[in-house]
Amino acid sequence: MANMAQSIRMALHFAENNLGLTDVFGQDVGAPMGGVFTATQGVKCAWNSPLDERGIVGAAMGLALAGDRCVAEIQFCDYIFNTIDLLKMAGNTLWVSHGNYSMPLTLMTPVGAGIRGSIYHSHSFDAWATRLPGWKVVMPSTPLDAYGLLLAAIQDPNPVLFLKPKALLRVRGEELIPGEPESEKELRSMIDAPLGDRSNWKPKWPQVEEYTVDIGKAKITRAGDDITLVTYGRHVLMANQVADQLKKEKSISVEVIDLRSLYPYDWACIKKSVEKTKRVVFLNEDTEVTNFAEHLCYRVTQELFYHLLARPKVLAGKNLPGIGLHAVLEENTVPQPSDIQGALLEVLNEIP
Amino acid sequence: MATAKKSKAKASSKKTKSQSGPTISSKLKLDKKLLLKIYDLMAQSRVLEERMIQVYRKGGAYFWIGAPGEEAFGVPLGLLGRKGQGPQYDYWHLHYRGTPSLLALGMDPADALRLIMNKATDTCTGGRNFSNHYCYPQWNVVPVTSPIEVQYSTAIGTGISQRRHKSKGISIITGGDAGSAEGDFASCLIWATRPGFELPLYITVQNNRWGISTDYASQHAEKSVADRGKAFNMRTRTYNGNDPIETYLGIQDDMEYIRKTGRPVLAEFRVSRLYGHSSASGANRIEGEECCLETFEKKLRDQKVLTAAKVKQIRADHFESIKTLAEQVSQEADPTADTLWDHTYVNSENADWRLF
Repeated sequence: MANMAQSIRMALHFAENNLGLTDVFGQDVGAPMGGVFTATQGVKCAWNSPLDERGIVGAAMGLALAGDRCVAEIQFCDYIFNTIDLLKMAGNTLWVSHGNYSMPLTLMTPVGAGIRGSIYHSHSFDAWATRLPGWKVVMPSTPLDAYGLLLAAIQDPNPVLFLKPKALLRVRGEELIPGEPESEKELRSMIDAPLGDRSNWKPKWPQVEEYTVDIGKAKITRAGDDITLVTYGRHVLMANQVADQLKKEKSISVEVIDLRSLYPYDWACIKKSVEKTKRVVFLNEDTEVTNFAEHLCYRVTQELFYHLLARPKVLAGKNLPGIGLHAVLEENTVPQPSDIQGALLEVLNEIP
Repeated sequence: MATAKKSKAKASSKKTKSQSGPTISSKLKLDKKLLLKIYDLMAQSRVLEERMIQVYRKGGAYFWIGAPGEEAFGVPLGLLGRKGQGPQYDYWHLHYRGTPSLLALGMDPADALRLIMNKATDTCTGGRNFSNHYCYPQWNVVPVTSPIEVQYSTAIGTGISQRRHKSKGISIITGGDAGSAEGDFASCLIWATRPGFELPLYITVQNNRWGISTDYASQHAEKSVADRGKAFNMRTRTYNGNDPIETYLGIQDDMEYIRKTGRPVLAEFRVSRLYGHSSASGANRIEGEECCLETFEKKLRDQKVLTAAKVKQIRADHFESIKTLAEQVSQEADPTADTLWDHTYVNSENADWRLF
């Protein structure tokens, strides 16, 4: 059973052999490291680029203009900001050229807190990403979804931002990727590079199969009737944990929606759930002001107002300049299970 | 062309001051037919740009930016490029002074007028973008954008593709001197010269000594932008961009080098800026700047390739035909509001959140 980094690796392997993927590149993406989180280890078409985010994004755009398919990586999303005009341009190229040139590329980057990454390895990029018209934005919460969303992204004719929750890259899933061995140990021996000298190492890839997750489709991870909790990324796991706890301890059934795609997003799934439960909390770890969830909250308020029995709530990271390294600082900056439970109970206890 | 090749063989006997590297003399003649073609395209480009300025002044366009003063560089570049679609051909990563090159590639001047007048019939952008922001996938002309210097980054990617295809295609980049301060310029130099992974890029700079209203001398200590390439052991050249014969022979030589070696060239062309930055600075004719068209006209008259009467006729013919085109284009349809969301995603996939 793969962890998310391994699932990404296997997706890239499948894509380079079956989907015309020609280049996977970024800082330390190629040998010997294969990515700072090992997510590109052993991939044949992976290569190292200069330490130059603008060059990385520009090169990806040029490859797309030439009709090649690539996956480029920005090592941490905190370093993506000096490329923002290129990202805007990648998103607007089809529109500006009136359909003359598409920009089929995938840009992946680790996001979020949870690894004591301190100021420049902990922030999110969700809201910024959703302010880039022309892009599609996805964020998996499980290895299987990572595999499926990445294959979908690579095949999509539009530019796709694949946001990898870095705190989940070592977390194993509960569902097998089609074709992978069930044994964690066996998979590790096949596709994890050895420590030390790996100059002669070659992976022994499992016979993974095509599996895609449609971009724009959410997934209900916990069915429920009392309240809807809309989230994505690493907070899906926390949401599931809190939902299980509330069910066990207080007989409260929380419906957890893992959005998986931020743009386009699955409004039909959110709508159906909120019409049923009549209460909703939106949860993510990005900073709270002009948070992406505020758009979703606005839309619920506009279109589902008369279905609601309580005010919808957004629970997000605090609007601080950074996420401090010490555990006390990090845990009080981004939502924790206790915060999630508190928010759910607050909305549940609100009487109109 | 045979004359040009023979002339190149004699090049070693003469030198020009404006160039570093192998000697090419601007006194050598190109084939007469080619000289006339170059002149005709330069004149057409100038007349077209001046017409576009008039269209703007009369309220037919919101904004003008363009290439008067860069014809002696742009036309030879367009004539020498390998035209077509796909990595086997040259990619064009142009800045917004590309009219001369596009006309040399075969652009219909009406397209330039449709673009500046933002008509629905504008094939490049459907009425969405500025004058000189061209886009022709059939010639690998990638969309011209306003943020300057980004084209130096995107050319890295087409260059990688061309290298992979072993195509002999070149990724051609044009841009101004002011923009060479942007990080993309440095990115391009670094990525183009990675040891063992060199890219077939023709990295050009049109140095008109201005960045909008800021002069080059107040911002740049480097005597020549092209000198920055020396640090990367790449071929560098500086040309008199107001002499189309020098630029033609120089570009030809540079392109042959790139196609043969797969290695990049950094070439700076000293050009004029005859109508200022854009309509934002008034689009008035600037005195004291060399006009490459007039200089070339004089040279061709001196060499008896053209007569004064012929010059007058060529200019007049272009004036009348472009004036007629402008009148026709002004009657064409404007874009409509229902096209706003078109081409946000490929294949008209919905991108409007209201319809998710």
